[in-house]
Amino acid sequence: MSRIETADVVVIGAGIIGAACAEALSAEGMRVLVVDRGAPAGGTTAGGEGNVLLSDKAPGPELDLAVASRRLWPELIERLRAELGDEAARVEWEPKGGLVVATDQDAIGPLAILAEAQRAVGVEAVELTRGEARAMEPHLNERVVGAVHYPGDAQLQPVLAATAMLTAVRARGGEVRGGAEAHGLMFDRSGKVAGVHVGDETIACRAVVNACGPWSGHFSAAAGAPIEVLPRRGMVLVTAPLPHVVGRKVYAADYVAAVASSDVDLQVSAVVESTATGTVLIGSSRQRVGFDEALQVEVLRRLARSAVKLFPVLAGVPVMRTYGGFRPYTPDHLPVIGEDPRFPGLWHASGHEGAGIGLAPATGRLLADLMCGLPPGVDPTRFKVDRPAVMAEVRT
Amino acid sequence: MRRIVVIGAGPAGLAAANAAALHGVEVVLIDAGAKLGGQYHRQDALAAGDRFELPRNVEHVANAAVWAIEPVDGGHRVHLRVGPADGPDRKGRAVEARALVLATGAYDRALPFPGWDLPGVFTAGAAQAMAKGQGVAVGDRVVVGGTGPFLLPVAASLIGAGARVVEVAEANAAVTGWLANPKGALAGWSKTGELMRYAGTLARHRVPYRSRTAVIEAHGSDCVESVTVARLDALWNPVPGSERRLEADAVAVGFGFTPQLELALAARCRVEDGFVAVDAVQGTSAPGVFAAGELTGIGGAELAASEGAVAGAAAAKFVGAAVEPPVRAMAKVRSGRRFAAALNAAYPVRSGWHDWLRDDTIVCRCEEVTKRALFRAVDERDVGAVRSLKLVSGAGLGLCQGRVCGRNVAELAGVDATGFAKRPIASPIRLAELAEEEPVESPIDAEESGRALGVEY
Repeated sequence: MSRIETADVVVIGAGIIGAACAEALSAEGMRVLVVDRGAPAGGTTAGGEGNVLLSDKAPGPELDLAVASRRLWPELIERLRAELGDEAARVEWEPKGGLVVATDQDAIGPLAILAEAQRAVGVEAVELTRGEARAMEPHLNERVVGAVHYPGDAQLQPVLAATAMLTAVRARGGEVRGGAEAHGLMFDRSGKVAGVHVGDETIACRAVVNACGPWSGHFSAAAGAPIEVLPRRGMVLVTAPLPHVVGRKVYAADYVAAVASSDVDLQVSAVVESTATGTVLIGSSRQRVGFDEALQVEVLRRLARSAVKLFPVLAGVPVMRTYGGFRPYTPDHLPVIGEDPRFPGLWHASGHEGAGIGLAPATGRLLADLMCGLPPGVDPTRFKVDRPAVMAEVRT
Repeated sequence: MRRIVVIGAGPAGLAAANAAALHGVEVVLIDAGAKLGGQYHRQDALAAGDRFELPRNVEHVANAAVWAIEPVDGGHRVHLRVGPADGPDRKGRAVEARALVLATGAYDRALPFPGWDLPGVFTAGAAQAMAKGQGVAVGDRVVVGGTGPFLLPVAASLIGAGARVVEVAEANAAVTGWLANPKGALAGWSKTGELMRYAGTLARHRVPYRSRTAVIEAHGSDCVESVTVARLDALWNPVPGSERRLEADAVAVGFGFTPQLELALAARCRVEDGFVAVDAVQGTSAPGVFAAGELTGIGGAELAASEGAVAGAAAAKFVGAAVEPPVRAMAKVRSGRRFAAALNAAYPVRSGWHDWLRDDTIVCRCEEVTKRALFRAVDERDVGAVRSLKLVSGAGLGLCQGRVCGRNVAELAGVDATGFAKRPIASPIRLAELAEEEPVESPIDAEESGRALGVEY
């Protein structure tokens, strides 16, 4: 394949968000180059669980994006399958549903209120008694108080999903270049983006998409248009392969509060699910420690405790490995999707924190709609770049 | 209190513990085995007593699995579970120390070939451990294959345990001829005599020893019934027409060694060319962390012991003991490394083995990933690093966590293998064990630890 020297759009970051943007843009006929300083799908995307969740979001712009995305995922997978064949489009898509569990009486009220509000905007959320919940997940702790079932929750394998979308980009004449670091923009006389410096090359293009995940803040600052995206660390435990123990994505009701929190300190709430290979994934933790990768046993300990509390049967199960990563966090917990008002031609698609896998297709679609002047399927207002929480002032 | 932790009680770890103890430092010596000595000095696990004696200020923690090393202010916290690995009641401990000596050793590398996943195929190290540790031979008729001088003691141990060794297949040049060269690179190497004795054992038992030869396939329906050996060219491609079929019920293969890197990576030591980089006193790039033995380069037990002595002394000095430079041990390390470098250069692994594999040959046994599936992941998905390669192909995601397949898969896929050794949980731990709080022994005094780092004599 020949190397692209000029492109319509250069997407920076070959994670799930960059891949989804590149997929949507190339589907609109654009010639897309995706660059990543590391290996494609090797950063935040490889450190995720593959959540496609509606259940953990309260009504608002993020839930709107999630609902659109949940509708788009199966369509997108179908399109990739038609284009690339079954094997190259394999993403381990499992529309298995989610179960949010109240482990004490105090949790049941807020959970019911959230479910009610979600139902009002069209999310299927079925309240269950303890008996009904345990009929669905027989190994669930017998002391659970109640639960809400979300048939719309789903799961996929994020590295497979990202690489499948990138394969489609290449099949449509685009290019994906790993080990290539973008380190600055080039402008035309009118101040519009005209190219990007990648390694020791300059690639002419009409638009650049910053999809660097937790490193989006760095890239935007290097480009001269800083946005406030910070890393938030999360860890996941993986057990040895087991016979069937957990059917759905099962998590404790306090997860919703942890997702929405802005605390710097460690937060842990159980999210337990099995994968296609029989391993059980145990999340989730949130911690703002910069880009510090050092192991903290206390985080793993609390993950283990919270999982055993949900599923006592897991106590004797060996943990094989742990992995983790940094997720792109914005101070107001909303993604940033749109054009930077400071530099026409510079676009951002970032800040999805732990929800990027689920929100990817709608993000890519929205970005492509905005860039191509098509009517957007989701209201872009709340994701715009020029909002106080995101538009970092140049600090002098 | 001056206290260090030594992980691994093979030749390097034993020497490190002794050297540090000699300087009045308390040592916690942690090892997975029931007895001291590690793989090289493997003792009969059932016999009474221990061949090795330790000074009083060394606490030997046997049957212990270090599952995590956590950086803390001024040093490291070592998390371990003590008790039989499969037992239900391993006890948890956490020990803090300002200085660590990592002597976790290496395990032998198996290359895949068609049939290597059949029962009856063992690594050379496993075959030797069973012969030496339990007096059990892995088969009645055994073919030993691979490369390097290690194949000779393995064959000798198998003979000692009552097996008939059908053939020893050395993929490179003959060890024996090379050892006999009085002006060669190994002139003066202390191991020459030992290896010649092994060679004598093979000759007495009329075991054919063939150079430039490898086991390229194992046959059998439920277990190994025969193997195909073939002559190899200089790049290890089988020479057409040279194939021979040998009847055998077991195969022991060893293609050099892979260092056990996960704890060194957890302690954030820099790794260069697959081994932990160390300075003249065995100090790693992580302050207070020293490494000795096969972790720093494959060189055998004697070199490991010298490195251990140097590392133990340096760790003692690091925690404040008065230490004279261990000049003799340092000199032995230098000469030992020269021989090791010559040996390693003589017994490389050549890329021709890639072509021993067929499309349906398993490359990762835990997850049953075939060569075809691996190449498909690399080509179709264009993955360029270990993390995404694992998640796309499944290779290295199973119970062994890439210990067996990691280097081979990385080599086939053309990515750097070090990523396979990133295992923050270094050995499996049950969720209930992980959930348990362990009391921290000898927590580091933060004030005391604020001093300058690095050891210089």
